[in-house]
Amino acid sequence: MSTIVLKGIQKNYGAVQVIKGIDLSIDDREFCVFVGPSGCGKSTLLRMIAGLEEITAGDLMIDGQRINDVPPSERGLAMVFQSYALYPHMSVADNMGFSLRLAGVPKEERRAKVAEAARILHLDNLLDRKPKELSGGQRQRVAIGRAIVRKPKVFLFDEPLSNLDASLRVQMRIELARLHDELAATMIYVTHDQIEAMTMADKIVVLQSGIVEQAGTPLELYHHPRNQFVAGFIGSPKMNFLPAKVTAVTDTATTIALPSGASLDIPVRAGGQKVGYAVTLGVRPEHMRLAGEGELLGEVMVVERLGGETFLYTQLNDGTMLIVQADGEIPTGVHERISIKLDPAACHLFDGEGLAIERMERHPLANLRRLPTRKAS
Amino acid sequence: MASTTTAAPVPGTSTTVGGRSQRNVKTLPLVAPSVVILFLWMIVPLAMTLWFSFQYYNLLDPTVGGFAGFENYTFLLTDPSLWTAMINTIFLVFWVLVITVGLGTLLAVLFDQDFYGRSIARLLAIAPFFVMPTVSALVWKNMLMHPVNGLFAFFTRSLGLPAIDFFGSFPLTSVIIIVAWQWLPFALLILLTAIQSLDSEQKEAARMDGAGPFSMFFFIILPHLGRAISVVIMIETIFLLSVFAEIYVTTSGGPGLASTNLAFLIYLRALREYDVGGASAAGVIAVILANIVAVFLVRSIAKNIAD
Repeated sequence: MSTIVLKGIQKNYGAVQVIKGIDLSIDDREFCVFVGPSGCGKSTLLRMIAGLEEITAGDLMIDGQRINDVPPSERGLAMVFQSYALYPHMSVADNMGFSLRLAGVPKEERRAKVAEAARILHLDNLLDRKPKELSGGQRQRVAIGRAIVRKPKVFLFDEPLSNLDASLRVQMRIELARLHDELAATMIYVTHDQIEAMTMADKIVVLQSGIVEQAGTPLELYHHPRNQFVAGFIGSPKMNFLPAKVTAVTDTATTIALPSGASLDIPVRAGGQKVGYAVTLGVRPEHMRLAGEGELLGEVMVVERLGGETFLYTQLNDGTMLIVQADGEIPTGVHERISIKLDPAACHLFDGEGLAIERMERHPLANLRRLPTRKAS
Repeated sequence: MASTTTAAPVPGTSTTVGGRSQRNVKTLPLVAPSVVILFLWMIVPLAMTLWFSFQYYNLLDPTVGGFAGFENYTFLLTDPSLWTAMINTIFLVFWVLVITVGLGTLLAVLFDQDFYGRSIARLLAIAPFFVMPTVSALVWKNMLMHPVNGLFAFFTRSLGLPAIDFFGSFPLTSVIIIVAWQWLPFALLILLTAIQSLDSEQKEAARMDGAGPFSMFFFIILPHLGRAISVVIMIETIFLLSVFAEIYVTTSGGPGLASTNLAFLIYLRALREYDVGGASAAGVIAVILANIVAVFLVRSIAKNIAD
């Protein structure tokens, strides 16, 4: 139950800089998710917070205290590893009570704390088992239980769900959200899966090659991505990017022309953009619809029917590929020609350097927070 | 909230057992030739040894011969030298195991650390295993433990102390030291690979849980090594029961019988006294002894490995 502040955190491996100066603050009881492609440094950053990797430069503060040089076990953190890292020769109860045993907690107290954690995680009847006798989801919960018994200030999760199958992952996601609410603890969670990030986070931190691309609430990142990378990373399927040219600038909108010749009024503040500048139009698959007189024409190459919705992988006349989300009921087949209408209000514009051009209006839910509503018992 | 109890899959023991027995039936004709050859390989010498052990058979005296009944055995079992040899054998095996496994574990932890020149240090630590027993015994006898020329004697003399006559005063201990020196690399090699297979996240989890170097060793590394240690003990025991060259080269079993083990006693009986009958009887006793040890060992280790 505490705040974490990172000030100019850097990490070098020899001459290679993997974390290039990160400033970040994580509030009390916040569920913060580090997300990014593999190799972006998110796990390294988490391990630096945990104390498993040394910090090359910068300050790491918990509750206002600099803890760069405090050993991992004294930082008041608990970590759940990707492989769970359970001790195979110990029973579930011993696994969960190991840190207390090392800390010299009396046996009775230890048992009470383990039982309490087991109750929260519904592990009561598995306490005598060895890890190898448990299913993946149960091992996962033991690993979380091992973290809970330490009553840490901050929970750290390193891709904890990536070894589970899809349905179990959804279930554990809900479980974790419930736990976060019940324990009212600060949590930092690392994942490469943007759906996990969107569903669980209070704050998402998008990382790429050692720098923070953007940090904000899930809907802020969805509706107001700061650059093309964040826009492409958040949302599934990916946002479509189309080259365009600015043709007119007014106080309420910027008009662009697409290669197909169609013209669109996008409600963004043009800022430095002038007529004739090359920009990139970003539009999510869910913000397009099939219509008779659309701006874009193309041929459907692949159809993915999920039942509720259908994704059409469409090749436009100029050759670019576009993913369109359509209703699950449409009968469109492969190689059919379709006409696509865009929703200008949901479109994004990026300048020549890939930075987003600011929108006229902020999305009403962009600052929505999902903090725990009740205190820990 | 979603239901949080997921059914644990019961480890499928029944399927594997069924599958294995089924496979045995199908592959029996295929493995039969090698089983038959191995069986003959084992049974012919054993049968001959058994046969000789019930015969009067001395190479120096061709006149005696014929069926001896249990006389070779009674002669041996009432001979105090057999008991001395047995005790020496057990002593030797036990202490070499203690030294190699104990030191081997510590060295394995050491060589698992990252330090400059680690690969060369590892190579040097493993080198004694490549030296043949006769040679290493000779090196120890003439260059290290020799009371006049030996390195140890040089050290003690330069400290103003009298030189120790290792093979005269502590014959069995000296043999144990030599054999342990030879087998330490083996234990180190197996235990080092076992340590390297320890999941690094497990060590990190233990660090987060507050484990210092000692708790890390006793709670994480040592349990992880349990299986490898059983393997080392089993393999070493098999070879240590038959240590011969080191004794032959250094002490010749002496002074008296102080460093005579079973293998050396059989040699003394068979080749020094040319008593094939008596030596065969001692051999049979050694086989029985080895089997008793093997049954216990294989049982406990199989249980350990099946875990």
